[in-house]
Amino acid sequence: MSEIFTNSGLFFALLGAALATFVAGIGSAIGVGKAGVAAAGVLAEDPSMFGKVLIFQLLPATQGIYGLLVAFLILSNVGLIGEVKEVTWLQGLLYFAASLPIAFAGYFSAVHQSKCAVAAIGTVAKKPDQMGKALILPAMVETYAILALLISILAVFGIAGM
Amino acid sequence: MSMLRMQRINVYALLEYCRDILEELQRRGVVEIENVDIEDSVFYKDDTSAFQARYNSLANTAKEAREILLRYAPQKKGLLSSFNGRKQLTRDEYEKLADDAQDILKAAYDIISYQKNIERNEAEKVKYEAQIEVVKPWLNLDVPMNFSGTSTTRAFIGKFAPPKSSTDIMKELAEIIPEVEGIDVETVHTDDNQTCVFILTSKQDADAVSDALRRIGFEYPSYVSTVVPKKREKEINRHINNRDGRILENQNNIKALADYADKLAFLEDYYVMKAERYSVYDDISTSNNTFVLTGYIPEQDAQKLKSYLETKYDAEVELEAADGDDVPVVLKNNKFSEPVESVIATYSYPDRHETDPTSIMAIFYYIFFGLMFSDAGYGIVMALACGICLFKFKGMDPGLRRSMKMFFWCGVSTTFWGLLFGSFFGDAVSVISNTFFHTPPPNIPGLVVPIWFNPVTDPMRMLMFSFLLGIIHLFTGLGIQAYNHIRHKDYLAVLYDVISWYLLVGGLILALLSMEMMGNIAGFVLPPICMKVGLIMAAVGAVIILFFSGRESKNPIIRLAKGAYGLYGTTSYLSDILSYSRLLALGLATGVIAQVFNQIGSMMGDSIISALIFIIIFIIGHGLNIGINALGAYVHTNRLQFVEFFGKFYTGGGRGFNPFKINTKHYTVKEDI
Repeated sequence: MSEIFTNSGLFFALLGAALATFVAGIGSAIGVGKAGVAAAGVLAEDPSMFGKVLIFQLLPATQGIYGLLVAFLILSNVGLIGEVKEVTWLQGLLYFAASLPIAFAGYFSAVHQSKCAVAAIGTVAKKPDQMGKALILPAMVETYAILALLISILAVFGIAGM
Repeated sequence: MSMLRMQRINVYALLEYCRDILEELQRRGVVEIENVDIEDSVFYKDDTSAFQARYNSLANTAKEAREILLRYAPQKKGLLSSFNGRKQLTRDEYEKLADDAQDILKAAYDIISYQKNIERNEAEKVKYEAQIEVVKPWLNLDVPMNFSGTSTTRAFIGKFAPPKSSTDIMKELAEIIPEVEGIDVETVHTDDNQTCVFILTSKQDADAVSDALRRIGFEYPSYVSTVVPKKREKEINRHINNRDGRILENQNNIKALADYADKLAFLEDYYVMKAERYSVYDDISTSNNTFVLTGYIPEQDAQKLKSYLETKYDAEVELEAADGDDVPVVLKNNKFSEPVESVIATYSYPDRHETDPTSIMAIFYYIFFGLMFSDAGYGIVMALACGICLFKFKGMDPGLRRSMKMFFWCGVSTTFWGLLFGSFFGDAVSVISNTFFHTPPPNIPGLVVPIWFNPVTDPMRMLMFSFLLGIIHLFTGLGIQAYNHIRHKDYLAVLYDVISWYLLVGGLILALLSMEMMGNIAGFVLPPICMKVGLIMAAVGAVIILFFSGRESKNPIIRLAKGAYGLYGTTSYLSDILSYSRLLALGLATGVIAQVFNQIGSMMGDSIISALIFIIIFIIGHGLNIGINALGAYVHTNRLQFVEFFGKFYTGGGRGFNPFKINTKHYTVKEDI
């Protein structure tokens, strides 16, 4: 029993890594899916728009990647990848906490960014020359995923230095 | 950093030269024609919609013919052929092709009529194939379908659906008409849906048999003919072969015209140009012998055009400085910053009264893009790819060419920052040397060890650097605002709207940096005197903003309220500066994802196979990373420019210059002026 307790640091760290990957990943999957549906609709009318609408479809993909990034940092810090390290119970919990910003801000920003991307795809379908403006609006939503990523990364680095 | 000076141009000339003058203007593409609103007893507008419609339909004919031609005789296309852009014709080549227009048009009509023949024959072929299906079940019948018997017999030709065997038919007939004998039932064909039968009986029993047959479900066939089915099948097959031959013949006729593909492309352009030229007639006014045309022209092209038109066509050309609000905007920048003009254009062209921010923005644009992408390997890939395309495809569409140039410079900047941060395809060099050569990597500055510092191991330092760049960027924006005020001789506004904010924001930053708490984050603390100086600066700035940012209101209370609201804008500076943390976040994202792929690739150890796997993962992984992070860097660089930077000074709302020019798809004409 006590062995489980002392080793559960690793478990919480892994839980954090998993959370960062799959919650942010689900958000990106939903987002890319929604934007993809809208993009395919535009292609049915005008196949030459492929290059443009593809960019919009990719916009909500980044949150999943940010999640992967944080997960990877956690895994390599606790020694699940690379050299093995001792993880205390407290450190494990801290890693878990550090994964929360990118997991949840990532999820919601991906979902809502995709709504914005769908609308922007509509804009570009009607006015292809307004690409630049249409691109900025969904990018605004991403700001919060980036801020969350920043805090998650800084936290993970901080915990490793403890 | 400038806008071209525009002039208003008025051209008065004889109507007989109208066509030639318009052609000249279209070729030069320097005049934006504006609608002349004169309609009176002398001047009127020519209605050319019929001509426009005619030329547009001819252009469509050429386009359709070319599409048909390419279907039967496809042209070879390279993978990167879309970069080729429009082909350039010399003036002589153009004249020669234009003389051939009638001939090419005839070829176009021929191609379309051949295609119509093909379609007609194909439709007929389908019809005959359907007939074959009808005849098929009866092929074993040796008599024509309308055979009804000899002098003593009576024949019934027909079918049972659903199918019935001949013994069943005999049995059922025997039950209904047991008195009749000598009924001969012969199955001609049977399948899942039907049984085709030939039934023979003597003439005197015919009526009884016919009645009995009807009762057990016998049907007469829908297909009746005087010809034996086998013979009929042969006939139909001959028809089909005939049609096939005609289709092939027409296809060969089209293929024989394969040389016309390029000429048809020219013809399409030729008629589109004509149609556009006629559409200009909507904007000019003509009298019986003269016409008037007005528009805008960049000053640098004006004199040349004026003297040309005056000497060659005896026209009267008036030029005057244009300064209305509707005057279109043309940006003029050097080679380094010109590519970024397209970024400005996606936001909005500058208003005529403000300065063109392109060249200053270009510097920040390249720096920020490089910081977010920040990998020497990726930068080299990007700069090389763009550079090679630029070098190889000289005729590339100008817009595309501009973007290529922009990404070339972005690539150069990315390489620069990548070397400073020691990132070359992530940590590829160390991973390769550790995994496959089992030696620590050589100490190559830039590729292995950072020339400056590594943001992955020292993120706080990078964060501070990002904020510093952000503050410089924002203050530069404020500086441009000051420059705009000075240009309009509004010197007080410089103090109230710009210097006040410099004092307030600058002072607060100074004070913050001399606090112990911030020292832990920043890694340094300014001496306490800075705290005092900073606070005084901030206070002076705040007072100026409080009393003067609402200065257009006469009512002192409203004015103070507006001033207080202005002070509240400090929070937006805070969020603006924090927004630059994305420089760190996206830079880290690029670097760490690159490391992830390197590590995944190296997991297999060091055999030949694992080296191959490493190479595959390396190419796919880094390709993916380049794609997604270049997109991210592009989008977020734009955002920093549009939201944070432009928010400080830019009004925009200018109208882009849209000259009357050759808007063709396939060809351009090289001018030898």
